[in-house]
Amino acid sequence: MRPVLYILSFLAVLGLAFWAYRENYATQHQLKQMAAVQDEIASLRDEIAMQKAEWAYLNRPDRLRDLAAINFDRLGLMPIQPQQLGTPENIAMPAPPPLVITGTVDTSAVIDAAPNAAKAAPTSKGEQIP
Amino acid sequence: MIRTPLRPLARILDARAKGENPDAIERENVAIRNDAMRDKSRARAERRLMILAFGFFIAFSVIGARMGTLAASTPTEPRTAAGGSDITAQRADILDRNGRILATNMLTHSLYAQPRDMVDPVHAATELAAIFPELDAKSLERRFTDGRSFLWVRKVLSPEQMQKVHEIGDPGLYFGPREMRLYPNGDLAAHVLGGAAFGAEGVDSAEVIGTAGIEKQLDARLRDPAQSSNPLTLSIDLTLQANVEEVLATGVKTLQARGAAAILMDAHSGEVLAMASLPTFDPNDRGALDPQVDPSDNPLFNRAVQGVYELGSTFKIFAVAQAMDLGLVTPETQVDTKQPFYYDGFRINEFDGHNYGPTKSVADIIAVSSNIGAAHIGLMIGPERQQAFLKTMGLLDPPQIELFEAASARALVPKNWSNIVTITASYGHGISTSMLNLAAGYATLANGGLKVTPTLLHAASHPQGPRIVSQATSYACIQMMRRVVTDGTATFADVPGYEVAGKTGTAEKPKKHGVGYDHDKVINTFASVFPASDPKYVLVVTMDEPVETAGLKPRRTAGYTAVPVAGEIIRRVGPLLGLRPKMDGAALGGMVAVKDPVAQE
Repeated sequence: MRPVLYILSFLAVLGLAFWAYRENYATQHQLKQMAAVQDEIASLRDEIAMQKAEWAYLNRPDRLRDLAAINFDRLGLMPIQPQQLGTPENIAMPAPPPLVITGTVDTSAVIDAAPNAAKAAPTSKGEQIP
Repeated sequence: MIRTPLRPLARILDARAKGENPDAIERENVAIRNDAMRDKSRARAERRLMILAFGFFIAFSVIGARMGTLAASTPTEPRTAAGGSDITAQRADILDRNGRILATNMLTHSLYAQPRDMVDPVHAATELAAIFPELDAKSLERRFTDGRSFLWVRKVLSPEQMQKVHEIGDPGLYFGPREMRLYPNGDLAAHVLGGAAFGAEGVDSAEVIGTAGIEKQLDARLRDPAQSSNPLTLSIDLTLQANVEEVLATGVKTLQARGAAAILMDAHSGEVLAMASLPTFDPNDRGALDPQVDPSDNPLFNRAVQGVYELGSTFKIFAVAQAMDLGLVTPETQVDTKQPFYYDGFRINEFDGHNYGPTKSVADIIAVSSNIGAAHIGLMIGPERQQAFLKTMGLLDPPQIELFEAASARALVPKNWSNIVTITASYGHGISTSMLNLAAGYATLANGGLKVTPTLLHAASHPQGPRIVSQATSYACIQMMRRVVTDGTATFADVPGYEVAGKTGTAEKPKKHGVGYDHDKVINTFASVFPASDPKYVLVVTMDEPVETAGLKPRRTAGYTAVPVAGEIIRRVGPLLGLRPKMDGAALGGMVAVKDPVAQE
């Protein structure tokens, strides 16, 4: 019984040593990978800062003003004027919808001798779109 | 275990036979057993002590070794920590109030040489001189070969230059990474930002320190590692700043002025929305002060803050505001404006020899800008009260703002505040102060009478200042200043819809070398508040030696120089500030489609 116990514990030590060895290298690999990712983050952050700086540089008011002047015939951009700000009263109410005629329009009518002349008006079969 | 008997029968019998005491045998055996037990336990104790000592030895060796490695190794960042999101730039960015970048950092490289590693110093020197025109091949070659082990070649390289240096291929040339300060908007808001330079320089990095403006004043905040990822937000609005600078530059050009400055300020919070000073400079390439040039003409000089000028008649409103607040006058009170007016042998003149008759109302004195009227109001107040009032308005102190230059802009005030000083101070002569103080003073009068402290930092709310004048006085002052624009000296600033109120000021410059004033050299100022019905913004425009030559004779009064420029600025910035112009029906009828101006013509 005893030798079996010895062999088993020896095997267990062997297995644990192998496991620890592998874990050690796996950890080192992960650390290296993380360092690489962090380096990448740092360089990307530098790039973002550079892109932001470039964005600000390309959008500097002097350049935009020059671009607006160069492309005036296409864009017609001018500095904003006080007159461009209006009040709600300046905005016209929407026009009433136009009369849409879909059916035939009978312009002829029979004039009755009867006194109710209202019926004499030309009748339209067109309908108004609501 | 086999025990040795204490009284072995054989020996006992043997001893009895010989007539010896058998107890001696027992005692001897007991003694032997005790000795054996003692030796055994001692050996065990020694072994235990050895094991314990070995354990302690190992433990102390481990601690010692760890301490040794910690002391001997170079420190490194703990890489196992989660991605450090706050390890970014070493100097915080500066943004405008809308988050647009005013100053940021850029990674660049410096170039240094270690001549001992150089293969061909002569070739390297010639090639470097070809890439960088400011370097001299001969002196570079001498410095490469005179035995020194290290030298800086250039502080900053562009990527193209770096590539060219790479192509020289000399192993003795090294690149050191470093961050540099970048102002992407060029000379815009240059005087606010100031500039930055390299401080302590190392091979791996260089310290960036502020050299002027807000960069220097708030250097500690910008360099604080805890706040480096937290940008500094200024109250400046980039769009407004660009518009103000553009209009001001046009004004300087057409009026042939030596310089100009403008400040646009929120009348309630004191936040400076735009601050311009011309001529200007590029903070990316900040030159040095040229000793040959008059310091006040140097582009680095901030006229809006550093310059102390006699601000002329713009001061009259302060005398009137104080007199009204003290209950001495109302806008309708008639004040003596009779000519000639002598005091202590000094003759007080009206501008350009005008004569405004025997008396004028206070409102008229402001509208026509009568010096004699203002002088009489000043005399009603008296020297002590006037000095105290101007002091509480902050007009006699260096301007309060987050700019390094502000502290040096001390107001020039006569030591002895006599009656004659009171008279001249009521119309803004004999006292020189910063334009920023004037803007803050007008903001105080405009916002209902609460003291305004100018600031360049944007915040959700600012502490309310103490009350300086009453609400009624503030209202009356704005109404009087509105009259200056509608039918006084500043009609060119009457921008339709924006109800501009303001006061002009023209001060002759003191002669350079001597006493007296130069009549052809003036400082024109226009301090304005808009819109008059609900004052929100203060704009102060100052022009140095402008002249308007469209008429028959050159005109140098503020009404023809600073006022039209200020009017144009208000017309441009009003819509950008989101102010809706107050138009009556007729003005609205004249509304034009600005989007297609070609079609109109």
